[in-house]
Amino acid sequence: MNLQKLIIDSISQSVIQIFATMLGVEIQPGEVTTENGSPEANDGVVSLIGVAGTWAGTGSITCSPILACRICSQLLMTESLAVDEEVLDAVAELTNMVVGNVKTDLETHLGPLGLSIPTVVFGRNFKTKSAGHAEWYVVKFPWDGEQLIVKMCLAPNDRTIEVKPHAAANQVPLSCTLDV
Amino acid sequence: MESDVLIVDDSAAIRKILQRVLRQTGMAIRTIHEAGDGLEALELLKGHTVHLVLTDINMPKMDGLQLLGAMKAASEWQAIPVVMITTEGGEAKVGEAVRLGAAGYVRKPFTADQIKEKLVGILEPALSL
Repeated sequence: MNLQKLIIDSISQSVIQIFATMLGVEIQPGEVTTENGSPEANDGVVSLIGVAGTWAGTGSITCSPILACRICSQLLMTESLAVDEEVLDAVAELTNMVVGNVKTDLETHLGPLGLSIPTVVFGRNFKTKSAGHAEWYVVKFPWDGEQLIVKMCLAPNDRTIEVKPHAAANQVPLSCTLDV
Repeated sequence: MESDVLIVDDSAAIRKILQRVLRQTGMAIRTIHEAGDGLEALELLKGHTVHLVLTDINMPKMDGLQLLGAMKAASEWQAIPVVMITTEGGEAKVGEAVRLGAAGYVRKPFTADQIKEKLVGILEPALSL
């Protein structure tokens, strides 16, 4: 199994399908890259969801405020002119659908995985870091002069706790830590 | 007869989309109630007549599977059909929902037609209860 190809293909198909079904927009993947080490500073909206299980990691969507408003307008069929709670909620739900569909595809190969509730950040010149993961798979989707960036990192979870008798609290694998 | 529907999802965006989709289906719906998690849904069920529940799975406080379990364990709510509408498509979650008594399962993303197709056969028998 080529995990990198599996994740990139799954991200591409999920985004194409979700945009067509829920936003009524045709979108195609553009540049595909990997990122290592310290992430670049962000401006705009970043939405993050943790993935946990025998493999753990993070999925994220990054976009400009303009694109976040456009996503909200298309998804809810309203006019969104500024990033507000409704826009952040729409981006969070888009992330939930994209990462959730990728997670379901990956479960065929990696076993059951869990998803966290999305966290959305909006601001300027900030960095996001997921502890313990070095490589991110990045797929960029151009859309009318803007870019939707979908990223995912995933690695075997060496922090999964062995199930011990009389240790009920330890029967759930530790979730991935998000340092935002 | 018109039906009363409860939408349970922590995303206001999805609640809004489902409201719109339900209205588009042309089904006879009187009231659409909303709740942001399972606990809110149970509180709402105590004071309102509901013929159908559409619920997400991953939610804070009380998730959709816990809500489904709580409804099926309560005599006053166990006959209300519960349809899961979620990104969770893994066999484990689907199997758990079926075991707990879910009436249906729709994966996000969804179209209005998929929702209508799933609900038509569920709502009509529910209204006769």
